[in-house]
Amino acid sequence: MKKVMQKFRRYAASKPGRDTLISFGIVIVAFIVMQVLLSLGMVSSLLESLLVPICAYIVMAVSLNLTVGILGELSLGHAGFMSVGAFAGVVASTYLADTVAFEPLRLAIAIVVGGICAAIAGVIVGVPVLRLKGDYLAIVTLAFGEIIKNIVNVLYIGMDSNGLHFSLLQQSFELAEGGEMIINGPMGVSGVSRLASFTSGFVLVLITLFLILNLINSRAGRAIMSVRDNKIAADSIGISTTRYKLMAFVISAAFAGMAGTLYGLNYTTITATKFDFNTSILILVFVVLGGLGNIWGSIIAAALLTVLPEMLREVGDYRMLIYAILLIVMMLFNNSSLKQRILEKRGMKQMEKLEKAEQSGKEGA
Amino acid sequence: MKKSLSMLLAGAMLVGTLAGCGGGSDAATTDNGGTEENTATGTAFKIGGTAPLTGSAAIYGNAVKNGAELAAQEINAEGGDIQFEVLFEDDENNTEKAVSAYNALKDEGIQLSLGAVTSKPGEAIAPLLEEDHIFALTPSASSPANIEGNDVVFQMCFSDPNQGLASADYIADQQLGTKIGIIYKSDDVYSTGILEQFKAEAEVKGLEIVTEQAFMDGADNDFSVQLNACKSAGADLLFLPIYYTPASLILTQANAMGYAPKVFGVDGMDGILAVENFDVALAEGVMLLTPFNADATDEATVNFVTKYEEAYGETPNQFAADAYDCVYAYKLALETAGCTPDMSASELCDKMIETFPTITFEGLTGDGAGITWDSNGAVSKSPKGMVIENGAYVGMD
Repeated sequence: MKKVMQKFRRYAASKPGRDTLISFGIVIVAFIVMQVLLSLGMVSSLLESLLVPICAYIVMAVSLNLTVGILGELSLGHAGFMSVGAFAGVVASTYLADTVAFEPLRLAIAIVVGGICAAIAGVIVGVPVLRLKGDYLAIVTLAFGEIIKNIVNVLYIGMDSNGLHFSLLQQSFELAEGGEMIINGPMGVSGVSRLASFTSGFVLVLITLFLILNLINSRAGRAIMSVRDNKIAADSIGISTTRYKLMAFVISAAFAGMAGTLYGLNYTTITATKFDFNTSILILVFVVLGGLGNIWGSIIAAALLTVLPEMLREVGDYRMLIYAILLIVMMLFNNSSLKQRILEKRGMKQMEKLEKAEQSGKEGA
Repeated sequence: MKKSLSMLLAGAMLVGTLAGCGGGSDAATTDNGGTEENTATGTAFKIGGTAPLTGSAAIYGNAVKNGAELAAQEINAEGGDIQFEVLFEDDENNTEKAVSAYNALKDEGIQLSLGAVTSKPGEAIAPLLEEDHIFALTPSASSPANIEGNDVVFQMCFSDPNQGLASADYIADQQLGTKIGIIYKSDDVYSTGILEQFKAEAEVKGLEIVTEQAFMDGADNDFSVQLNACKSAGADLLFLPIYYTPASLILTQANAMGYAPKVFGVDGMDGILAVENFDVALAEGVMLLTPFNADATDEATVNFVTKYEEAYGETPNQFAADAYDCVYAYKLALETAGCTPDMSASELCDKMIETFPTITFEGLTGDGAGITWDSNGAVSKSPKGMVIENGAYVGMD
């Protein structure tokens, strides 16, 4: 028992261990607190309606952090993958509405389908894009995000007794009696059954954290970080940089797709224009504010910046102004020497603790 | 370990604060529909709607807000039994924000809703209204999806397909053009909704559509490609199922390239005479469908336009007029049903669903015959054809 405790203490004192514990801790504590408040009826309808979007944005931010923070490539088209996931998920859930009656299962299948479709889009985008570097890569991801948006904008999918019908540019199929349009070109989808719930969002966040944190702390994760830190060195020790770049990019896209499905199934209607450049930038703001490569930072930033504009409704017309000012202040603090000093201090303490844990470990042995 | 514990606590505190904020606003209006609260504070019905008060559709949102507030001021000043408190929340013409805005209004304890100003946000909140059983009368969310599939949403504006139908009929009956070119906004439900019905009716009536040109949000500054396509297709009538801002650019650019087709717009065209830096002479001869004419000389319209100009310094458009009508329609319905402000949202909802299909409302946007609703929530209004002559609307027939 004592050994387990010691092991745990050593794990908690190491950087990856600490990050993992903090990330899971924040999410689980927040979930429990919210559940208690919800059951007591102490949560306003406004905040309650934000819970699922917050979960979706957390998954978006964590997955983008994999590309931007861990892989070190700036991606400006993350909302494109969210869009693919959202629409694929809606199509899947509508298609399965009769065959799979159990809603959570249908949601889970839709999320998986959304993730797979977004991963495929990730491969298609990633293969040409990841040959580029730095700013060029950023601009091309931006372009791909817009391309995805425009393709979904001219996509028509309908369903009738004969199954699914697809067409591009205009609706070139006739639906049989009782058929319905699922994606109606620029008008997007409407009349979606809202399957997403706070609990499902919470589970998705946990799964995302588990997989991404494990990836980061695995051999592959270290290889990805070595590509970020020094590509030449990574090449020289036989790491296939292209492979690891693509891996990180596709995994990131897949989770964005899952978040998209969760988001899409939380509203009765969505259009492709929702997932535009602004949304990509919004997610990037979450990641930058939370700290590049800092997973729990992304979680807090995503939750905070989703709730903040809504809580500022009370100040009325000055809402967006105050939001912008707060954002600037937070970014400045994030980049200030004050924060640097605080972090250094904490780092020193952490080192001491790690040493202590090592020592006591040795003594214990 | 202590550190991570403190981080956990910080996280918990963050959530606590958020919930606290929420709880705070909750406490003010604990009872949804606010029985005790509202009787204590007065005898006003709380009505609220979501509107794009910021962003690209802000003109429409603010017009609705102003129109509704003006009506409520008038009614409250009369001091009758029925008083209104009007609340608006910003939805930025975005479905996600609309859901938040609606929930914020719910927290403030609205008893009756004004729905949403634009169609997509309206579609997003319609199922929520149904779930919470709050009645909504939307001034301008005109897509049919707003009233389909629920009992609680009614419209004050005529629906998009209705306008497409009426436009095609007008053009065919009055033989306005033989070759029709269309410029529409492909990512807008309003525009595509009108277009689809227009095309269907044009086929029935034997109208020839020579070209359809689309544009999208963010690409609405230069229409030379679309105009050239229309010109080379030989279109002598341009049908523009779009809002007036892009329409004003289309007119200006068509003029610059020496292309002078007849122009036919729908109710979104209303407001074109008020566009800044737009040469009103270019709008001469433009035909449009609108439920409201700010230059009309009847007493109600003159009174509304004068007061509106006084209060907000601009000429009201049909959005403001529809919103103004909504509040007065509520007044009529509440009087008819004998409702009191201490009733809950759910009780009011039942009464309103019963009452609205039975009343006939005389409003600014009716055509003299009075406005009625069917039990689905669709309004009976028929679009009126107007043509711009000497910078003013003149009835077309």
